[in-house]
Amino acid sequence: MTKEQEHTMAKPKIATTSLAGCFGCHMSILDIDDRILQLVELIEFDKSPINDIKEFTGECLVGLVEGGCANEENVRVLQEFRKHCKILISLGDCAINGGLPAMRNTIPLQECLDEAYLNGPTVHNPSGKIPNDPEIPLLLDKVYPCHEVVKVDYHLPGCPPSADTIWQALTALLTDKPLELPYELIKYD
Amino acid sequence: MSENIETAVRNICESVGNDRARMMDIVREVQETFGCVSDDAMDLIASQVRTPRVEVESVVTFYAFLSKKQNGNVVIRLCDDIIDRMFGFERIRQTFSEALGIGIGETTEDGRFTLETTPCIGMCDQAPAVMVNDEIFTDVSRDTVVDIVEQLKAGVAPERLRRRLGDGCNSNPLVSAAVSNNLRRKDAVIFAPLECGNALNKALSMSPNEVIRDIKTARLRGRGGAGFPTGMKWDFTRAAKGEKKYVICNADEGEPGTFKDRVILTERPELLIEGMAIAGYAIGAKEGIIYLRGEYAYLRPYLEDVLQKARNMNLLGTNVLGHEGFDFDIRIQMGAGAYVCGEETALISSCEGLRGDPKNRPPFPAQKGYQGYPTTVNNVETFCCVARILDQGAGWFSQIGSKGSTGTKLLSIAGDCRRPGVYEVPFGIKLSEVLELAGGDGAAAVQMGGPSGQMVGPEEYDRTICYDDLATGGAMMVFGPNRDLLEVVHYFMEFFVEESCGYCTPCRVGNVLLKERLEKIMQGKGEPADLQYLEELGTSVKSTSRCGLGQTSPNPILTTLKNFRPVYEKLVTEDQEFRPTFDIQQALGEAKAIAGRPSMHFTD
Repeated sequence: MTKEQEHTMAKPKIATTSLAGCFGCHMSILDIDDRILQLVELIEFDKSPINDIKEFTGECLVGLVEGGCANEENVRVLQEFRKHCKILISLGDCAINGGLPAMRNTIPLQECLDEAYLNGPTVHNPSGKIPNDPEIPLLLDKVYPCHEVVKVDYHLPGCPPSADTIWQALTALLTDKPLELPYELIKYD
Repeated sequence: MSENIETAVRNICESVGNDRARMMDIVREVQETFGCVSDDAMDLIASQVRTPRVEVESVVTFYAFLSKKQNGNVVIRLCDDIIDRMFGFERIRQTFSEALGIGIGETTEDGRFTLETTPCIGMCDQAPAVMVNDEIFTDVSRDTVVDIVEQLKAGVAPERLRRRLGDGCNSNPLVSAAVSNNLRRKDAVIFAPLECGNALNKALSMSPNEVIRDIKTARLRGRGGAGFPTGMKWDFTRAAKGEKKYVICNADEGEPGTFKDRVILTERPELLIEGMAIAGYAIGAKEGIIYLRGEYAYLRPYLEDVLQKARNMNLLGTNVLGHEGFDFDIRIQMGAGAYVCGEETALISSCEGLRGDPKNRPPFPAQKGYQGYPTTVNNVETFCCVARILDQGAGWFSQIGSKGSTGTKLLSIAGDCRRPGVYEVPFGIKLSEVLELAGGDGAAAVQMGGPSGQMVGPEEYDRTICYDDLATGGAMMVFGPNRDLLEVVHYFMEFFVEESCGYCTPCRVGNVLLKERLEKIMQGKGEPADLQYLEELGTSVKSTSRCGLGQTSPNPILTTLKNFRPVYEKLVTEDQEFRPTFDIQQALGEAKAIAGRPSMHFTD
């Protein structure tokens, strides 16, 4: 085994996903800019939209989850993440609180579907039917924050959390140092 | 508002000199006369005593025995205590509901009956118990309920329903209550025979400072539970500057499971009055107040009579027992059903005619108490000890009990024991000995000091009852091996949630969160992390609450977590797949019905 190979072997893995989110948190991950090169020195990406790996290839140290759970697909993916990741982090407000998607939580599901596909003022749906292809994941009765579905280890708040916040959190975790989030990184006005 | 009502309310206000500070007496009287304190009545009271209307409303809505809503002529209050629940509360509730055709909190359509529940009314040794207006009925069975309702419906007055009278002074015509003393052990301090006036005479032959010195020499500590040295409290009050000073007796015995003061007030009120007069002399007060809990209203005529007799004997009044310049008198202030008023600053608020909100400390009551004047607040039992110390000597007293805890302690023991009742025991007695006295051997757990105290198990029964080991205000609830401890703890948390005054967030919110997390565990949906959560939150509530209520309310959870951890551990599971509170099938149910197809990922 070459030195380089050994180095790669020892690198911990990280996985990311966006459930009922807007990919804004992933944009924020990319916003760490050239530091992503330093990050790649420290870790290897497993399942993630960033590298388009669809299924887990092994056990990961960290899982970053954007978005809450709105449908069964989200729940299945979140379960996978819990299974494969030693440390699971809810990334951003949707994962932590449900966020914007959770605005439907006070409205019965049937009414939501009717409004979205039949009655909404901007709806154009000549078929007059609510889409019901077997491939479409079933919606949950409401949008759940991730920690209500599986055990979550940390919350990283923000909409989205800034790149610096994500960077601080990841490097602290990977270098086993205490996490310091100065006021500027966790204020939101 | 009819003219009659208007005149009546006006008269009630005038009878206390339109004094805003006597709000409790005004609203109690209005409530008693009309079965409610209506909006109109509140307006009128506000203008009579010249206070904003909201002040009146805040009092009326705070106390459980006051209501804006029209109550029935007869208000039936079922004592809903954990001990009552163990001894048939549910049966009694059902029978009342069926017989009256109403549920809890409702009034019959004809406006005759209101049915309510109330926390511990101090009758745990004869549970289940019921209040019908101010009348107390104990050891109530289904048959009694049917009988009570039948007679009430036939128009018999509540006070004529009694079939028997209790022992001792309970059968005094002014008490005539069907309450039993269950006084099972007398000792030398509280329940020894008494010669009226002896103690006070001795006190008056000394200087006030010498009296306080005697109390200090006797090393008397407060009997309410906190155990503050009484002599020191009096010293502070005496030293504090104020044109007037006050002595207040805390007879708001509201800690569930405590009923010892009930027996003192029935059998030894003279001792209490002498103790209060001695306190008045020692600190330089001319006025004393006995704050009597609303549940003990049945004792009021009797206590007023005892006070009058004391006045006749010049134990109260001007130049007490011929001591030139020492005037002292006592009035009774009735409470109206609020546990938090047992906390001394809340009790002072209540005496001042306010909501029973605790006050910020400092200043302590010794500096600024009742209406801003230096005030000493002591427990009923403490005043009795004072009188006995003056009578028998500080040296005599300090030889009873243990080193750090002198004298005797009254215990009110109830629950799964063969001889529930009141026991006067010397401090330093082992818990196991007390259990044996009460016939509670085989107990699986004992709650010492009521809900705010601690729950201990058999491995701690050889601990001693004293301030430095097992401290207690007097309550001792015994639970047999078949009782569900978490149900007991849950009841206690329900109680604290209900009784929190709501002023500070840790107590108002924290207790609700503690209760909800406990419920999650009881439903089998708990995880190991929940135990840690309970410990952390409980500790926060204790350390950040404003008064003694929130500073002790997490105790049932914290002490059972410490002493009975396996009970919790049996119920929590680490579920790898989902949080135990998340039910995927339930979450998908609606969508499955709408889409008319099964889930592709999660089959039933």
